[in-house]
Amino acid sequence: MTEKHSAKYIARSSAIASRLLGGEMMIMSAVDSTFFTLNPVATAIWQAADGETSLSDIVTHHICTEFEVDTETALRDAEHFVEEFSRHGILLVSNQPIEDHPIEDSAVSPTEAA
Amino acid sequence: MSLIQEMSQRALDLGVPMSVHFDITYRCNERCVHCYLDHDDHGEMTTAEIKRVLNELADAGTFFLTFSGGEVLMRRDFFELLEYARNLMFAVRIKTNAVMIGESEARRMLELGVDQIQVSIYSHRPEVHDAITKLPGSLRRSIEAIRFLSDQGLRVTIANVLMTANMHDHAGVQALARELGVQYSLDPTITPKMDGDRSILNLRIPGSELKGVFHNQALVGNVEEFCAPPPAPDEDVMEGYPCSAGHTLAYISPYGDVFPCVQFPLPSGNVRRQKFLDIWNHSSELNEVRSIRAKDLTVCSTCSHVGTCTRCPGLAYMEGSMRGPSTADCEKSFERTGIPSANMLRRTLPSVPLIQIQV
Repeated sequence: MTEKHSAKYIARSSAIASRLLGGEMMIMSAVDSTFFTLNPVATAIWQAADGETSLSDIVTHHICTEFEVDTETALRDAEHFVEEFSRHGILLVSNQPIEDHPIEDSAVSPTEAA
Repeated sequence: MSLIQEMSQRALDLGVPMSVHFDITYRCNERCVHCYLDHDDHGEMTTAEIKRVLNELADAGTFFLTFSGGEVLMRRDFFELLEYARNLMFAVRIKTNAVMIGESEARRMLELGVDQIQVSIYSHRPEVHDAITKLPGSLRRSIEAIRFLSDQGLRVTIANVLMTANMHDHAGVQALARELGVQYSLDPTITPKMDGDRSILNLRIPGSELKGVFHNQALVGNVEEFCAPPPAPDEDVMEGYPCSAGHTLAYISPYGDVFPCVQFPLPSGNVRRQKFLDIWNHSSELNEVRSIRAKDLTVCSTCSHVGTCTRCPGLAYMEGSMRGPSTADCEKSFERTGIPSANMLRRTLPSVPLIQIQV
């Protein structure tokens, strides 16, 4: 794990709508109504984005343990996902823990539908 | 297929109520001549009850939540409910007459991340709009509110319901929407009152005007495509569902009654007595609605329009059978394409004696 990766923290923006549907997360930006769906790996990253767990720890503890992927590949893909979603403003990124996390955890862990 | 359509299909496959239309009050500050509601309060759900229902909807997988009424802002707890719904991560849409929306309300809606706001405007002329709403000054106040909402960057759509009183004003309303920089949508549907009273159907625009609407490029885009004769229905069409009501869409009244859709008054349960998901999964009424395929429709299955008609099962239900035709939609299909529906042909068949005897 590199220092660069371990220093990145991510949190879900409050300016979105989201719901889990059949194992995939649906997300809509409240800013421009852009609609996204996340595959199961991205969904796992999204759900772990509590602002307090580093991205590298998310990859290590939530991705590599759940999916058949090596750490280096998972981290590279996670970086790409985070970069793209932060560009759309639906993920907040910081090099330190995001303490004023705008969303209650209970509000973004919807029950698996169906 | 768009991403949202893909997810809607998945919701259909999984039986998830992806969209819920929630009327949180029937009270209203306007008295629109075509309204189908009784505006008296017969015991609306409390703030706590509505919050509990919102929790249940989130658990059921609902994504799109429309708050409507009545006028939503007649509830003093509206912003509390809106904030609660947004914390549950619903994509919230609001239907309102906007009369009670000022700059601070508009700002609050932006802060809470409201997805869309639909405002009812009947005419660009105050004397016509205000005569329909029966609230003097309502057009001026609604337009002012649209400016507040639009200035905040919120997405606003003007909903223009057409009836006899305003049937020549759609171009003016469309121009108003352009001037305000908001979307415009037109709906020529007047529905019976929820208590079954059909007297307001007299307000429906005549067929000749409907034809004009459907052949107006400014309203429908490509007229040739929009008014094209229907293609012959294939097996997919005949095995398909009439609409999303009861499949991925539910309606909840201010009293907790659950229906397949706001236009489909088939009582299917009450969230004051049962959990929403129990109603959604086990209501015999909803399951009956879900069992109906196009091939099961008594008259429409034989109609050339079956694959393209806007047939509303709720309107059909109000006419007597959820499997029957909706004559308002028959008329729309006819005025759009010039081809009579099976229901229209059935009703106009001349009476021919079975035996003719000449002496």
